[in-house]
Amino acid sequence: MARPYWNPYLAGVGLGLTLLFSYVVLGAGLGASGGITRVAATAAHAVAPAAVAGNSWLAGFFADGSPLAHYLVAMLLGTFAGGLLSARAAGRFALAVERGPTAPAGLRLLLALAGGALAGLGARFASGCTSGQALSGGAMLQTGGFVFTGACFAAAFALAPLVRKEWR
Amino acid sequence: MNLYAHGLLDQPIGLLMALVVGLGFGFWLERAGFGSSRKLTAIFYLRDFAVLKVMFSAMATAAVGLQLLAALGYVDLAALFVPPSIVWPQAVGGLLFGLGFVAGGWCPGTAAVGVASGKFDALVFLLGAGLGSIAFAGVQPQLGGFLQAGACAVGALPEQLGVSGMNGALALLAVALVSFVVAGKVETWAQRRSA
Repeated sequence: MARPYWNPYLAGVGLGLTLLFSYVVLGAGLGASGGITRVAATAAHAVAPAAVAGNSWLAGFFADGSPLAHYLVAMLLGTFAGGLLSARAAGRFALAVERGPTAPAGLRLLLALAGGALAGLGARFASGCTSGQALSGGAMLQTGGFVFTGACFAAAFALAPLVRKEWR
Repeated sequence: MNLYAHGLLDQPIGLLMALVVGLGFGFWLERAGFGSSRKLTAIFYLRDFAVLKVMFSAMATAAVGLQLLAALGYVDLAALFVPPSIVWPQAVGGLLFGLGFVAGGWCPGTAAVGVASGKFDALVFLLGAGLGSIAFAGVQPQLGGFLQAGACAVGALPEQLGVSGMNGALALLAVALVSFVVAGKVETWAQRRSA
């Protein structure tokens, strides 16, 4: 039986202390999309090395050897492991395609793919995601982090009525 | 002094410490309930403001903590890595990202926790995010100067406004506390309306 989630303010303060620890020890905040981009660049290089070498932006990830030897890839692995430990300990690990009661699984997965692509593309425009720009940029009171956060929530609230069936 | 300032972030010690930070990051996200896409997207239907509560508490805790540690001389804020503030690409990126967030149900960090919770849709979202990253390589050469449009010489908003970092952090905390009260009232209203 799955245990209840923790109080959001408690979890938020815990997350904030993790972010503070990250700044003090690593000298950098949290990040997730950077790790995903580096894994994707590595996969693209394995499939189409010439195309990757011919694109200056993608080729830049290989300037110092493998893109995987990067702290954000290690952090992404840690994030997965930390989530797994917590989900297992709380009895919350369960195989599922999570969706609203009337949403077909196929539609849910199609929107997950399309949404992931938009989020991945947007994160590269912004040089960061909800971790790197919103949380970490916000904690350092960065203008760009606040702009990203505002734009992100405005767009999500605007689209929400159109995808309501996916969730409610 | 931190690992970034010593150029050690991508060395074995940096990778190890980033792994440790990631463990904490994933743990707290999962404890908050963010291994569930329905929980994450509930904010957009005014049902559950956990996303706002967790994000704002985390931001305010770290912001006030950083300013305190800096005032006490334990942290040199100028020695930290912070992505530059470039307003226009960050606004466009934020808009694209927000559409992806509500349609896909995840953001990159929570999707990693979703996969760890057994959610197949989180795995598909991550696949999409990888493809979207690579798609950026296709548009990047055409963007020209746009990726530098609205670049801020000074990234920190308090400094731009001429107030101290500590006052900026306390203002963020105040905004967070007000938003918690408002969020609580909206949640009650939305639940009563649907009951």
